[in-house]
Amino acid sequence: MHSNIDEARPRRLADGAGTGEAKVTTYRQARRRERRFGYLLSFPALLGLFMFLVLPFLMAVVLSFSDQRLLSPNQAEWVGLRNYDRLLSVSWLVQEAERSELGEVVRTAEGEPEFPALRTLLRGDPAYREYREFTSWQWGEKRYVLLAKDPRFIQSFLNTLLFVMLVVPLQCGLALGLALLINRQLRGISVFRAIFFSPVVTSIVVVSIVWTFLYHRDVGVLNHYLQALTFGLVGPIDWLGDPDWAMPSIVIMSAWQACGVQMLIFLAGLQGISQDLYEAAELDGAGRWSQFWNITLPGLRNTLVFVILSTTVQAFGLFTQVDVMTGGGPQGSTSTVMFHAVAKGFREQDIAYGSAVSVVFFLVILLIALLQKKFFDAREAK
Amino acid sequence: MQKSVPGRRFGMSMTTLSLGMSVALSMVAATAHADPQRIEYWRTEASQAEIESQQAAIDRFNQSQPRWRVEMSRLPAGSYTEAMTAAALAGDLPCVMYIDQPVAPNFAWSEFLRPLDGLVPAETLAPLLETAKATYGGEIYAAGQNEEVLVLYGRRSVLEEHGIRIATLDHPWSQAEFLAALEALKQGGDFLYPLDIQAGWTGDEWYSYAFGPWLLSFGGDQIDRGNYLYAEGVLNGEEVLAWGEFFQGLFEAGYVDRNPSDNRGFDQGRVALNYVGSWELRNHLDAWGDDLVVMPVPDFGHGTTIGGGSWQLGISTQCDAPEGAAAFVDFMLQPAEIAEAARARITVPSHPQAAALTEDFREGGRWRFFYDYAEAHARLRPATPGYPTISSAFERAARDIRDGRDVQEALDEAVDAIERDIADNRGYGFHE
Amino acid sequence: MTANKRLKTLAWYLVLAGLGYLFLFPLLFMIVSSFKPESAIFTDLYSLRAILPVGELTLDNYRGVFEKSRIGYYFLNSLLITGGTVIMGLFVNSLLAYSLSRLEWRGQKLILSAVIALMIIPLEAVVVPMLLLVSKLPTLGWEEGRLVIEGSWMNTRHVQMLPFVANAFFIFLFYQFFRDIPKDFDEAAKLDGASPFQIYRHIIVPMSGPVFATVAILHFMVMWNQYLWPIMAVQSEAVRPVMPGIQIFFGRETEWGEILAYASFITLPVLVVFMIFQKRFVRSLAGAGIKG
Repeated sequence: MHSNIDEARPRRLADGAGTGEAKVTTYRQARRRERRFGYLLSFPALLGLFMFLVLPFLMAVVLSFSDQRLLSPNQAEWVGLRNYDRLLSVSWLVQEAERSELGEVVRTAEGEPEFPALRTLLRGDPAYREYREFTSWQWGEKRYVLLAKDPRFIQSFLNTLLFVMLVVPLQCGLALGLALLINRQLRGISVFRAIFFSPVVTSIVVVSIVWTFLYHRDVGVLNHYLQALTFGLVGPIDWLGDPDWAMPSIVIMSAWQACGVQMLIFLAGLQGISQDLYEAAELDGAGRWSQFWNITLPGLRNTLVFVILSTTVQAFGLFTQVDVMTGGGPQGSTSTVMFHAVAKGFREQDIAYGSAVSVVFFLVILLIALLQKKFFDAREAK
Repeated sequence: MQKSVPGRRFGMSMTTLSLGMSVALSMVAATAHADPQRIEYWRTEASQAEIESQQAAIDRFNQSQPRWRVEMSRLPAGSYTEAMTAAALAGDLPCVMYIDQPVAPNFAWSEFLRPLDGLVPAETLAPLLETAKATYGGEIYAAGQNEEVLVLYGRRSVLEEHGIRIATLDHPWSQAEFLAALEALKQGGDFLYPLDIQAGWTGDEWYSYAFGPWLLSFGGDQIDRGNYLYAEGVLNGEEVLAWGEFFQGLFEAGYVDRNPSDNRGFDQGRVALNYVGSWELRNHLDAWGDDLVVMPVPDFGHGTTIGGGSWQLGISTQCDAPEGAAAFVDFMLQPAEIAEAARARITVPSHPQAAALTEDFREGGRWRFFYDYAEAHARLRPATPGYPTISSAFERAARDIRDGRDVQEALDEAVDAIERDIADNRGYGFHE
Repeated sequence: MTANKRLKTLAWYLVLAGLGYLFLFPLLFMIVSSFKPESAIFTDLYSLRAILPVGELTLDNYRGVFEKSRIGYYFLNSLLITGGTVIMGLFVNSLLAYSLSRLEWRGQKLILSAVIALMIIPLEAVVVPMLLLVSKLPTLGWEEGRLVIEGSWMNTRHVQMLPFVANAFFIFLFYQFFRDIPKDFDEAAKLDGASPFQIYRHIIVPMSGPVFATVAILHFMVMWNQYLWPIMAVQSEAVRPVMPGIQIFFGRETEWGEILAYASFITLPVLVVFMIFQKRFVRSLAGAGIKG
């Protein structure tokens, strides 16, 4: 091939000198060929992305305006915004305590004011007919009720946010800590690196199953150690069975399983920071802590942005752990947006509604990604 | 993993082959008629004994005639219904399917099941126990070899030690007696949780199957069976509310483990009473022998009641050899086959003649109790295409109640979910 | 080494060892317990014995797994699906990245931003409509020398592969790598009359070992761990992969020994591969992040 070049080049140059037009044609031909190849080589991947990402997403958008079922002898019909209305509608109302004929507040045996049955109220009023109670607070003789048409979805959405807000700092913090720990020349350090990374290569399905066992209230190892260490003062905690603990339990496990990836990324980031900076700081008498704040963290800026962004987007898709460990329970405390989408769209066969959930889910992720990017860009500008 | 990209040709050919969708739409598969014709049969994963006995039956059928050859595939039980849904959607349903009796109306409504009437001889279907058939719109869509019977298993020695009366079919425990027994067992100190009701079995119809009948015994129900459109005032009525409080109490009092680590508690002596089906009889016998006692479920006010309708055989509309499928179903429902299945894995035969053929279930037989119990006290779950939603909404409510949620709230939510689903599906063919 | 320094090193190792135990415990417990009879799993749980192969060891759990499930099948399916997808993916994704980074054509900029935007659509957001889609796509096959439709895509191996071949994130990784390769190389070849594909084949690919390795590893992990999609799109045992296969053991008779044996069996090969290629793994993954 190389020998060809030497022969070819002078000839072409000579040709070109003779007829300017031919030179242009060759150039044009080359351009045209490149363009043709550009389209050709792009085609398979673009087709794949279109068929299995863009098209299903467009389908979701279209389906979300219909009442399509996965299986049904009924013909699907357009229902406009009904699915979105059901999904997103929230409202509130204030209930006055019930009063006797004398105008006194009726109280229960415990002295709490009594309120009229909310459900009867809602079902009787066309404006509130589809609403259910999401949550309520009592304040003196009034009761403030937050309503939603699909409280499960609102709950799932909040659960997802909670998961993201807990798991992102925990996982990234853990990863950074581990990276700092193993970022030094010690014998056998690569063994530890491998150990910290090993949960990542283990499937999340497998990890969830094993941890379900470790989390078990009565036979689980976690409660055993917890009780041994606190001399029986704490626990046993019903990790996956207590609505307050179930989500944190999933958070801990998820961070444990996945932090190895971020650890490696941080490690590479750390190794990209010049040692000279640390040496200079040492000469200035800066302590470890100040070195960390003034050199390490700024040096990891880009890495941090990437890690936080990718971890956030990933965390929003929480599904497998929930499906394997809790099935969304107890009391819906671990149901997530994705879990809700699959439960509705697939298991309950309401594909139109599931599609609406998916579309909303996508918009939320898009919004968060844009916000995060904006936030980091603004910080960079400073 | 170096330098070059291997397998490129493979990649391209796969892509072009499968993506070339516009091709050959008009071509029709011209399958050569290879004898015998294959009949696909899907069932749930089950115990070794059950699979082996069924495989033996299939082998007998395949050898009994030259035209058809049944092939069985097993699917995970936990996602079986979902797998069926997906297969139906893809037009990939097998010829014969094993279906849970209460789901049959949904499949019939979705037009995935053929009526058995006309395919399977009436004289085969007629004598079966009523609960062994799935009827919708006046036609039979599925029928089964056996009936599973829910009972309370206990140990004579343990009950006697705690001074607890052994319940009988004529004199089941009352609710108060049941609670007193649990309290005595709990107080005895040998059992952290005296009763196992398999509270951890979620997502597979257990809740509705096992506890739906308790609702009936309390005087309530999952839906108004008069119209199959409304659950308001029924599923969240007074009677069901009473059931909910009772059910929640079982967990609150520590009588039942909310989420047992396994279901061996009874066999290993960790729990004293086990609420489970006849399918566990063999294991329990192996563990306790003659000490084992089998008791009816307590009478919560409207008689002792258990769920009827086990897994049954149906023929799909997507089957291209319905006669073959029907021949197989007919074969499986003959008393001799039913009796054989009953013998092989101690399961309750769905046919009086089959019962008479078995040593255990014939009149006076050792386990006749199960047959009599099923015949007299088994009630079917609501026969409506909306049943899958009823079941999952009920399960969610019951699980929430188990986990401590306000009973009224949980039941109201279930009612709303059920009624909304029915409305969304335009009544599932039922009208006011 | 001063005494002080030695002490510090020791403390460091102690911290590392403590953390290492926390990270290793669940995996070791799983693997070790899979060789123990069910009763021993519970009795050993609270001591160091939980992660030590001591006491009565047995292969019964594995025997049970092989009897109850066609785990060999599932394993083979997962290998085929994962291998096939990764290979197709390397080819298809790198080609688009190459075309985007080194060729000039109209619409290129738009496509690039579209690919970047697509990176944030998680698969989960489209599974439900995708199910409807693949149930309508025909699978073609040959029968007696003619092309025929053999049902839909559901319940096949390719329904588990094709949707995952093209991947925006991998395209982006390739793109970044290719972009940084000096252009001089292809200019020379271009003058020589080499076609863009030849340049890709003979210049770009040989220079891009690391990024191919990275993508292959990441893609492998995604594919081997597929769970939600096969549950929805695949029913028959003949094409079932390993992860959904585990559901069989969560029927009504929970045998923890067998569950752990199954889990170990599908995890060990990946762990072993990881141990062997540890350095490469680590370098690849770290590289994937730093560039992003």
